[in-house]
Amino acid sequence: MIAISVDSPADSENLRRSQGYTFPILSDAHEDVIRRWDLVHVHGRRDGADISRPAEFLIDSSGKVRWANLTEDFVVRARPEEALAAFDAMNRSSHSGE
Amino acid sequence: MWTGAALVFLGVVSYPLFFVRFPGLRDFPWANLPMIALGSVLLALGLVRAFRHPDLCRGKIFGSVLAVLALAFSGFFLYGIFIGARHVLPPSHDAPRVGQTAPDFTLPDSQNHPVSLKGALNSPFTPESATGAEKGAAQAAGVVLIFYRGYW
Repeated sequence: MIAISVDSPADSENLRRSQGYTFPILSDAHEDVIRRWDLVHVHGRRDGADISRPAEFLIDSSGKVRWANLTEDFVVRARPEEALAAFDAMNRSSHSGE
Repeated sequence: MWTGAALVFLGVVSYPLFFVRFPGLRDFPWANLPMIALGSVLLALGLVRAFRHPDLCRGKIFGSVLAVLALAFSGFFLYGIFIGARHVLPPSHDAPRVGQTAPDFTLPDSQNHPVSLKGALNSPFTPESATGAEKGAAQAAGVVLIFYRGYW
């Protein structure tokens, strides 16, 4: 699992420590990747800065997107079960030789 | 009347503070709507009583002010949840779709070490909790990539 936001590495490190996260939290301060993936939420931050919209992807070992969740509603986000179910589906299909 | 107003305010305030932690109650405010509805009814009953029997219970003016405040407050909440939250996010038509290849990238992690998507997909993944056979798992089966708004 990898998380990405516009936060600085220092902010992400604070978050990682305070929450005890063990996965990498990447910093895309200039929205290079967020823009390339067309996920910029223009003026999304209260101070008017651009940030990432909430979005989740499952990418298989060949680099293909297997599952994507682009919520249209702010308050409705992907649940861990959904990502796990997508992960299970991916493993089942790779085991069956697809 | 007081209980009603308090319940309306509690119904609104408890959503961001408490109920968002439960996915079912966050996606749709099941807990908050009844609180707001019940609070509004109590407030309305109190107001009716204040106007019909001013000798028994006072509060015509204060009750009206409370009612307007409660109405504005809950209106703002309902607008935010049901309309505001659904029309602010960009359409993201060009975001990678299922079946497409995810564009590779390299970004610094929280300790300023560069991490690339390709690298993460090709590197063996060993969670800290892994034991025995799990530790030998050869290659990442995939990566869940989470873009989030950030904690600013």
